[in-house]
Amino acid sequence: MSLPKPVMRGLLAKRLRFHLPIAFSLAIVAAVAFKFGVTEPRKKAYADFYKNYDSVKEFNAMREAGIFESVRPSVK
Amino acid sequence: MLTTRALTLIGKRAISTSVCLRGGHGVAKVEDYTLPSYFDRREIPLPDIAYVQSLTPEQKSLKEKEKGSWVALSNDEKVALYRISFKESFAEMNQGSAEWKTVVGGIMFFIGFTGLLVLWQRHYVYGPVPHTFDQEWKEKELQRMLDMRMNPVEGLSSKWDYENKQWKK
Repeated sequence: MSLPKPVMRGLLAKRLRFHLPIAFSLAIVAAVAFKFGVTEPRKKAYADFYKNYDSVKEFNAMREAGIFESVRPSVK
Repeated sequence: MLTTRALTLIGKRAISTSVCLRGGHGVAKVEDYTLPSYFDRREIPLPDIAYVQSLTPEQKSLKEKEKGSWVALSNDEKVALYRISFKESFAEMNQGSAEWKTVVGGIMFFIGFTGLLVLWQRHYVYGPVPHTFDQEWKEKELQRMLDMRMNPVEGLSSKWDYENKQWKK
């Protein structure tokens, strides 16, 4: 019946000492994963799209498709 | 106040309503739910009252023995004193049960039943969808979206091969 006296103090500190490093590292991992999984590919996609982008050519293609109301398809 | 004075050490059922005589009608009946009750809660370790209110003679003598040195109490007596004051130990009250299986099963059953109701509703209550959902209309919609180069960087038009007029591999 003589049980040892249970731990009465420092319970929150003990929990924090264990959980805070985990929380911070998980948050940092999430941020890094998002940066290299989402934002960097997205920036690259935009850069690649506009590297050889000919806006006039695209405009003419759209014009021929007939989606504009201000310019009709060219008379050919 | 006289009644509260009559409380003994053991059966401490605190009578919170004071005796109030109004116009000769007497004391209001003390309802059970208005008095402090016993509960086992992890968050509130010490309930308002002891578990056992009316003690047997052995328990009374044990309570008298408790007034002396606690070293003289045997382990069984200590446990008996505990059981007078408390119904369940922390280990007993905290133990889990298999109730969650019933709960999860009930959830899935009722979600399934709701699915049947939704199906019935879709068939018998709702009218037909608008004509803009026809296959031909949707094809024209998609062609128009590709023509106006919708989302050309990462979205729809970026997946279409404009030279070969097909989806990119």
